[in-house]
Amino acid sequence: MEDLSLYILDIAQNSISASATVIEIFVIEDEEKDKLVLTIRDNGKGMDPKTVERVTDPFYTTRTTRKVGLGLSLLDAAAKACGGSVVVDSQLGVGTEVRAEFGYRSIDRPPLGKMDDTIATLVACNPMVDFVYTHNTSRGTFKFDTRDVRQKIEDLPIEHPDIINWIGCYIREGLNVICGGGNT
Amino acid sequence: MKSLNELEEIRKRALESVNLRKDREGTRVVVGMGTCGIAAGARPVLLAFLEEIKKRNIQDVTVTQTGCIGVCRLEPMVEVYRPGEEKVTYIKMTPDKVKRIIAEHIVNGRSVTEYTIGAEEK
Repeated sequence: MEDLSLYILDIAQNSISASATVIEIFVIEDEEKDKLVLTIRDNGKGMDPKTVERVTDPFYTTRTTRKVGLGLSLLDAAAKACGGSVVVDSQLGVGTEVRAEFGYRSIDRPPLGKMDDTIATLVACNPMVDFVYTHNTSRGTFKFDTRDVRQKIEDLPIEHPDIINWIGCYIREGLNVICGGGNT
Repeated sequence: MKSLNELEEIRKRALESVNLRKDREGTRVVVGMGTCGIAAGARPVLLAFLEEIKKRNIQDVTVTQTGCIGVCRLEPMVEVYRPGEEKVTYIKMTPDKVKRIIAEHIVNGRSVTEYTIGAEEK
């Protein structure tokens, strides 16, 4: 994966497969503590402790078509490569939280990438799911919630190309303010 | 600066055309978004479809995702389902290929044979 926004897109697919109806995505850039933290939290069906234990093992997967599962394993490897780690918290019937920590200034840390594209893609493909995206930097906080969008567009489907386009632009603008226009 | 209030305006404009197509069966574009697809570049492909559909104001096409389609080395892969026709699978997709598929296949009904999985296997 080229950047962190692609990892987020990939990990969110797990939440969707777990029948989540609300997926929260947090990005915290803490330059002072030299940390970048990604959190993906869902209200999907959750996993039992035994499954959680094996979830970053590439040779473990719940899929039946093939014997490897790379999503969380790749994220785990990327985090470890820059002095971080991945923690998975899950409870059956409640949901799952994946938290990945990266060394902010580590030379091996992938750039954050296009979060606007990741959120737009998720909303376009999963119109029944609500997404809440919160991004924190030293300059401030940006928050986006599909429920706010739904309230405004009422009966218009959220996956309408004009709305998806607007969502991408809205996020891009919001991030420009708190990221100072630079690509982290 | 963008504000949520703009959405009301977009809604008004969009609804005028959306209502027309409620019960028509349309074309489905399905993008493989497994780990393999995402790593190979499925996201820009999917967004290119949406962008092109928006630009041409095409009304009866939906774009959705699926997991790993099963031939990871040919990702990004896209399946196009047109009502009453056989599924067409496109492989090694790029945003540039999307433009041609929209013009020739989605709009004019002729699949772009050279981009299909059938062409690769020959």
